[in-house]
Amino acid sequence: MTRYWELLKRELRLALRQGSDSMMVVGFFVLAVILFPFGIGPEPSVLARVAPGLVWVNALLAAMLSLDRLYQGDYEDGSLELLILTPAPLEILVGAKVTAHWLTTGLPLMAAAPLLAIFLNLSAYDLGVLLLTLAVGTPTLSLIGSVGAALVLGARRGGVLISLLVLPLFIPVLIFAVGAVDAAQHAFPWTGQLAILGAILLGAVPLGLYASAAALRQAAE
Amino acid sequence: MFGLQNPTKFLKFAKLTGPWFAVASVLLIGAGLWFGLFSSPADYQQGETVRIMYVHVPSAWMGMFAYSVMAVASAIALVWKHPVADHIAKGSAPLGAGFTLVCLVTGALWGKPMWGTWWVWDARLTSMLILFFLYLGYMALSGAFDNAERGAKAAAILAVVGWVNVPIIKFSVDWWNTLHQPASVTKAGMPSVDPSMLLPLLLMGVGFTTFYATLLLWRVRSEILQTRIRNIRLAQIHGEG
Repeated sequence: MTRYWELLKRELRLALRQGSDSMMVVGFFVLAVILFPFGIGPEPSVLARVAPGLVWVNALLAAMLSLDRLYQGDYEDGSLELLILTPAPLEILVGAKVTAHWLTTGLPLMAAAPLLAIFLNLSAYDLGVLLLTLAVGTPTLSLIGSVGAALVLGARRGGVLISLLVLPLFIPVLIFAVGAVDAAQHAFPWTGQLAILGAILLGAVPLGLYASAAALRQAAE
Repeated sequence: MFGLQNPTKFLKFAKLTGPWFAVASVLLIGAGLWFGLFSSPADYQQGETVRIMYVHVPSAWMGMFAYSVMAVASAIALVWKHPVADHIAKGSAPLGAGFTLVCLVTGALWGKPMWGTWWVWDARLTSMLILFFLYLGYMALSGAFDNAERGAKAAAILAVVGWVNVPIIKFSVDWWNTLHQPASVTKAGMPSVDPSMLLPLLLMGVGFTTFYATLLLWRVRSEILQTRIRNIRLAQIHGEG
């Protein structure tokens, strides 16, 4: 467990010192959402109607943008091999990487969501539900994305390939997250969809950690 | 498993059984087509368009079956480093993608007169589309490495992870009550399809399976031979040492 914290601290320190990377993801997220009122017209009721989908689709794309950096740097400078050689289980170290990825992308996305809620005419109550779905859903994105990022190490045009591998697997998260906010907008109960999101997250933890670790091991062979 | 993990023995096995599967698939699909197109009644609600079911449903089955074969073979290849399992997984992917595409296209052709639209975002249709993208991702990933072995390993991990979609497709019509009709053949107790329609459907189902087996054996054979050719060429380049 100490190695988990050590690696997490290292990743966060790296992210803080570079700084711009995680800001770029949030910048992309906000800008891409802002494009839609220009594209589909500024009608407030229409915007509120499509807001949950807009926010979520753009959150998926933004999270995906940051994925190719997750293991690429470590793979290129050789520190990935050192990570694999450390006595701690690789799954724990992957967990630290994923946690760091979520803290530097998922969490900033959540922080930007209230601003977008104002732009898109989303009520405070719906924003609350949206934030809850982001809180439960974005860790799943980091976990699934970690598998994709580990698989394409050393592949040709890996960045494009990640989107083909990871986006289909993101779709269930998207469906239930948007379903929950939609239900909240129409004053229906939404805890069921949130519970399914939680179940997906719980399933993604072991699957994502083991599959990422296996992919990293074969990449470093 | 019967010594089939040995590529040479597998080649022999494929050579021996391949023609039988081919003959069986021609007979079964021929009989299924005859019963389906001429000898079975039109549906009382859907009329003649119901006949597209005899291609649509077996392709859907095979799309999921081929993915399961791919996932199981990948798992076997990852755990036991079974050399033929890699070839089976790799050979299964384009076949499954083809079946999935046929299923989606015939579904659209049927949906236009019946539902009045080529496509709806129904749970069954959407999960089938995801399956198609998973196949594409698998093939893209296994081809993206200069070292074929690494590609096979990475793709195998993806195949195992992506298998979670198959039960979602299977139960999508039970979990979400959307436009696609619920399962009627694999019901507990009696299937709710009339025997005159069930017979051609099952004939086509078994026929598609043997057709898939024929093509799979063929592809695995050519994969094994290609690997051998590559090894011979590598040996020539690097000298006999």
